[in-house]
Amino acid sequence: MTTKEKSWKEASPAGVCWKSSATYLTGDWKTFRPERDVTKCTKCLICTIFCPDGAIHWKVEKDDIEFDMSFCKGCGICANECPTKAIVMKM
Amino acid sequence: MKSVVKQEIQGLNGDEAVALAAKQCDVDVVASYPITPQTIIVEKFAEYVANGEVETEYVCTESEHSAMAACLAASATGARVFTASASAGLALMHEMLFVTSGCRAPVVMAIANRALSAPLNIHGDHSDAMAERDSGWIQVYCENAQEVYDSVIQAFRIAEHLDVQLPVMVCLDGFTVSHTLENTQVLPDDTVKRFVGTRQFPVVLTHEGKTVPFKLDPENPMTMGPMALPNYYFEFKRQQEEAMRNALEVIPQVHDEYAEMSGRRYGEGLLEQYALEDAEVAIVCLGSTAGTVKTVVDDLRAEGVKAGLLRIRTYRPFPAEAIVKALDNVKAAAVMERSMSFGGRGGAVFHEVRNALYDTAARPFTVNYIHGLGGRDTNPSQIRMIYNDLQKIMHSKRVDDPVRFVGLRE
Amino acid sequence: MSEISEGKFTAKNVAEKPELFLSGHRACAGCAPATVLRLIMKATRGPTIVTEATGCMEVASTIYPYTSWATPWLHTAFETAGANASGIEAALKILKKKGRIKNEQVDVVAFAGDGGTYDIGIQALSGAVERGHDFLFVLYDNEAYMNTGIQRSGGTPYGASTTTSQAGKAVPGKLEQKKPIADIMVAHDMPYVATASPNYWKDLITKARKGIEVNGPAFLHVFAPCPRGWRSDPSKSIELSRLAVETCVFPLWEAVNGEYQLSIPSKVIALAPKKKKPVREYLQVQGRFRHLFTPQNEKMIEEIQRLTDEKWQRLLKKCGLTQPKAAAGSGNSSGER
Repeated sequence: MTTKEKSWKEASPAGVCWKSSATYLTGDWKTFRPERDVTKCTKCLICTIFCPDGAIHWKVEKDDIEFDMSFCKGCGICANECPTKAIVMKM
Repeated sequence: MKSVVKQEIQGLNGDEAVALAAKQCDVDVVASYPITPQTIIVEKFAEYVANGEVETEYVCTESEHSAMAACLAASATGARVFTASASAGLALMHEMLFVTSGCRAPVVMAIANRALSAPLNIHGDHSDAMAERDSGWIQVYCENAQEVYDSVIQAFRIAEHLDVQLPVMVCLDGFTVSHTLENTQVLPDDTVKRFVGTRQFPVVLTHEGKTVPFKLDPENPMTMGPMALPNYYFEFKRQQEEAMRNALEVIPQVHDEYAEMSGRRYGEGLLEQYALEDAEVAIVCLGSTAGTVKTVVDDLRAEGVKAGLLRIRTYRPFPAEAIVKALDNVKAAAVMERSMSFGGRGGAVFHEVRNALYDTAARPFTVNYIHGLGGRDTNPSQIRMIYNDLQKIMHSKRVDDPVRFVGLRE
Repeated sequence: MSEISEGKFTAKNVAEKPELFLSGHRACAGCAPATVLRLIMKATRGPTIVTEATGCMEVASTIYPYTSWATPWLHTAFETAGANASGIEAALKILKKKGRIKNEQVDVVAFAGDGGTYDIGIQALSGAVERGHDFLFVLYDNEAYMNTGIQRSGGTPYGASTTTSQAGKAVPGKLEQKKPIADIMVAHDMPYVATASPNYWKDLITKARKGIEVNGPAFLHVFAPCPRGWRSDPSKSIELSRLAVETCVFPLWEAVNGEYQLSIPSKVIALAPKKKKPVREYLQVQGRFRHLFTPQNEKMIEEIQRLTDEKWQRLLKKCGLTQPKAAAGSGNSSGER
């Protein structure tokens, strides 16, 4: 830990959380990473629904999905559930 | 200097006094479970609800554990919360008491002190609340229905004070106070309402980076009650301790303000001293026993004995400094205790009083008298015997056994 | 958007809704309860206060100072999800009445796992439902006390090996059956009870929304595979939640004011019994049932099939859809699909 932790006088009482977990990157947990074959992907968005970590986003502006590797834990659910087998888990 | 408010006298027992005080304090939520000898409190409050005399959500939970959880959750949502329990019910809440103080929820709870099982006993002693002295709750012990009424009202101000933010337990002896009818001076509704005001909230830093009032509010979401690992937990407990230390100042402040308004005071709010200024022998006790002791002190004084009484009103936070000062001239003191710490060489109050006196230059001889367990009455002649023992100790300068029992068939 | 409670939405609608259960939580890779929570939060309709019992999802999502919750959130203890919800709901009601907070609809959702629902939490849940508080209670059922180390719960199924109902030389795992918690809740005469499974995400979100919209208490029992505790492949958690329905181990239904109604994924099987898969297919991909596939314990697989079929028949009867027993596809290894 390089940042100095708050003393008892500084910390907000009753343990109210003051950091969003969106700043806690779990991406380094993974052993396997999903790779998508865009030619097979039909953008059904099933992967975005099933991801336990919400690490696959539907980007409206790109009209495409995007994998967020900083959170993906490499569980492989997306690959297993993809109806067109467009996702493959690679080491 | 404001004048004392005109008050009405009502015939109330301790439980009724609690219910009336809570009614007048604009309580938002009451979540409770009945247990003797607190039942009159919850029943009376239910009567108020049924007759539309209060604007309160009254939740009859299915156990005391759930009652405290619901109270905590309601408090966390921003409500002013009140409940009551006793004995086994308080014991059942044990886990939640720590969670409530840890979450800094200003819940006010009346405890009609009653013995813990086994064997089952529904009568008055302090074992229930004593067992919770480490729970982070402020504890006030009252002598009579009047004091109970006054203390419940003050409790909301103490609990919700921004420097405190701790739950408060107002204790009244089971049956002796809870069920005994007394003339009780009652303040007008609007006076009480003005005194307690509306609940104020401290501000906290949330995960959105905002510093906002501490409550569950969809406008300013926050997470309450997370898991704090070893590198974080300790600091929150220190915060609670600081709040307790602040309470030592806040309680007398609130007490003084209330005294001005009502014309009644109980010492400075922490201790009540009776004939203690030049006392050589003194009894230290909590609750209604003090009433009986006072009559014995009067008799002894008339006989020329320099007897006095120290009634500890606020037990948590423990007013060590004030106690030491109060017992300054005393040569021998007896802590009359209505609970036991088995295997502990005396009860909790005895330990803490002795602990406070340990660092003083002239320590009085201090002994412990366990009495009144399971609602057993302690009469004036037994108390007189204690003062006789104290005089013997004072003259012989010896204590043969520091822990004794009064009223026990030995 | 009451179209949600009618099932009128697409995956895109769901994907476009903001996440209220944020990434960065510390759940295991492949944790189905995490998916369940994400989806249920997508079913919310406006200001929502969440309360949770101690358990995997609570601990994984709120390790101080981090939180994965974008809504107000409260945890107090293990037993107390139902009591918390009661307190929050009561406070909201009275504070609105007294004009201390905005007069708007704020929904209360309680999450709890096995412990917080079946066992240590059942009293508070039952009390809250009996008192009629307006809230949705969601059980994410991973069939054991996972957070404390995979110990058996009232929701652990017959034959499963857990750390406190181990499959050993003398005893082959848990011998008691899974407590029928959803049926117990129906017996409370409550407005809405339903079972759901994350594989059928649309059904799940629809039911969650229905529960939120209903005036009064609602209970949602969600099947949520745990790869760690079940010794299953993390990538197969959703697939397992599909198999459970296809084998009728975990049928999907709703009870609106006590009237049972089979949900489509299970209705499909009721109407075409050949579609019912043998439980063996479900059991063989989970390490917690591995001990059943030994000569000594093989009979238990038959017993599980029998129990599953019996419960399935009872459910069909409640839904007004009885079937001749012969057609209810049992451990038929003819390979028919």
